[in-house]
Amino acid sequence: MSHAPLLDIKNVTQKFGGVVAVDDLTLHVNEGEVFALVGPNGAGKSTVFNLISRFYTPANGSISFNGEQLLDLVPDRIPSLGIARTFQNIELFEQATVLQNLLVGRHRHRATNVLSELFFLPSVRREERRHRHAVEQVIDFLDLQPYRDKMIAGLPYGVRKVVELGRALATEPKLLLLDEPASGLSVEETQDMAFWIEDIQKQMGITVLMVEHDMGLVSAVSNRVMALADGKELATGTPQEVQSHPAVIEAYLGTSGIQKGGQQAEKSSAAKSAPKPAKTAAKKASAKKAVPKKAAAKKPAAKKPAARKQATRKPASARKGAKS
Amino acid sequence: MRFVFKTTYDADINLFKHKTQMGYYFALFAAVLALPLYFVWTGNPYLLGEITAVLIFAIVGMGLMLLTGQTGLASLGHAAFMALGCYSNILLLNAGVPWLIAFPLAGLIAGVVGTVIALPVLRLHGVYLALATLALSIIAGDIIVLLEAYTGGVSGIAVPDISIFGYEINKYANPYAFYYVVLAVVFIIALLYRNLLRAPTGRSFSAIRDSEISAQAMGINPTRTKAKSFFLSCVAAGLAGSLFGHSATYITHETFDLVMSITLLLMIVIGGLGFIHGAFLGAVVVGLIPVLIANGRSLLATTFGININIPGLESAMFAAILMGFILFEPMGLYGRWLKVRTYFELFPFYRKDMFRRQKSYLKTERVQ
Repeated sequence: MSHAPLLDIKNVTQKFGGVVAVDDLTLHVNEGEVFALVGPNGAGKSTVFNLISRFYTPANGSISFNGEQLLDLVPDRIPSLGIARTFQNIELFEQATVLQNLLVGRHRHRATNVLSELFFLPSVRREERRHRHAVEQVIDFLDLQPYRDKMIAGLPYGVRKVVELGRALATEPKLLLLDEPASGLSVEETQDMAFWIEDIQKQMGITVLMVEHDMGLVSAVSNRVMALADGKELATGTPQEVQSHPAVIEAYLGTSGIQKGGQQAEKSSAAKSAPKPAKTAAKKASAKKAVPKKAAAKKPAAKKPAARKQATRKPASARKGAKS
Repeated sequence: MRFVFKTTYDADINLFKHKTQMGYYFALFAAVLALPLYFVWTGNPYLLGEITAVLIFAIVGMGLMLLTGQTGLASLGHAAFMALGCYSNILLLNAGVPWLIAFPLAGLIAGVVGTVIALPVLRLHGVYLALATLALSIIAGDIIVLLEAYTGGVSGIAVPDISIFGYEINKYANPYAFYYVVLAVVFIIALLYRNLLRAPTGRSFSAIRDSEISAQAMGINPTRTKAKSFFLSCVAAGLAGSLFGHSATYITHETFDLVMSITLLLMIVIGGLGFIHGAFLGAVVVGLIPVLIANGRSLLATTFGININIPGLESAMFAAILMGFILFEPMGLYGRWLKVRTYFELFPFYRKDMFRRQKSYLKTERVQ
């Protein structure tokens, strides 16, 4: 992977009024890797996604994908390059069935126009069969068969999350953006998600860029991790490197001394014109008290899923059989 | 309950889910084809005229359903697009264009002009779009008056008869032929509508309705998709307007007024938003309520000697029915039918809240 990266973000800054959500960020995602963005709430992770999806236009910087400048394009042109995404708060088409949702994912592959569709020419039927075939493969991959003809409005959260992943996969992307794929999922569902992400990377050869808070999932599936705080890069490297990086520990857990914590808060308020006052104040006040408690709570939670995954790891085919 | 064992993808692509369903629709089709025979037998085609009016409302209802029910854009300006189609049709016919060309052309004109007018408006959402189209509806009457040289303005204009290869069709002289003309248009538009819904464009409409942001993330251009929906909707409105003109035989600037626009929107809500059937059921309610009221009135007058002449009774009843639907059955008549059907299909396992999570209101605005 020495050649040019698949996704190249250079010196991108995004401001919302006085808040700098992403501050001069540079990152690249190589072809075939799983790249995770981690960081506390408000670090700018989802903003990076919305920048790539072109829902936001950055103040400066450049984003290129596969040699194309994304900033020259409108949002609905992005999927045609091979970038698909999911949303943090599921954005499915509620009044449609799972199948119809997945078929919408095939929109960029459609080869018919309104006129031929109005008369439902043989070419339209042929295309529909082709799309359906592609969608069925996604359904098989994600075990969505029981829900095929169910309305999204009646489905539980965990299934919706999978349907959204399926819709993104139905677009046959080169790069998949997953915005918190495991948020709100149970332990078992998170494990499934981990297996799927791994299969997506290894079997389908799709590059994955994800935002995730569950460090267990992140360290289990990602090749590289970037930690963000206040829109800036803290550290990049393997999951273990990033987790043990001093700056990351500081951002997540605060520093050990009140004085140091105070300095850090001052620094960040100097850097930003409008920092989140409540948060920094809370950090200042509770830095000493909260550290041992938080650390104790965090460590096992982060380690556990990874350990469990090691134990239950089976070949994909065996797992499929066992599950059904 | 019926379980359809699907063995090919075509089972989901075909027009009908199974053979029996196809049978039902063919029976319905045969029934509406044979309907005039009944009136020939009774010799009083008055009710056939009312049924024809219902079918005309169903055409514009389908157009509005595509826009509001499928794409989630509320329009209070559809009477204006009907007027556009109607006047285009009259002017083309008066210019000597044969009806078979003038009629589709009138629909196209309504579609194109409607889309051009609507393009700047389409950037608005929900209630703002409804207000903008409401303005269109109000302006339309004034424009008709201003263009008096062409439209006859306040004094109105006579609508020429339909002429197909020299065969003259007048609503009063030959109600049966007029019924069949309207029926053919209804059939074609319903078929095209159904085709669209099972194709990518139909799905992109629903995508725009349910989540514009993720539709965009799937590569759907919101403005273009909305414009497409508006165009198709206006074509249907224009065609219905032309037929309405033929049905009324004389139209003025007041024929297509704001009340009609509102009635159209209420019609599809009563019928059931998002279902083709809803357009028809709503049209039946809207078209037959005046008939029922008139019949009831004459019945009271002849049998009991009571004369009820309350002005605005019709509107009041209509409003009451609408309020009833919004309060008790937001899914409309077709939604009620679905529930009744499910009740019997699953008997005795139907649960009261089975449809609870289904759509209960028109979602045109979404906070992102």
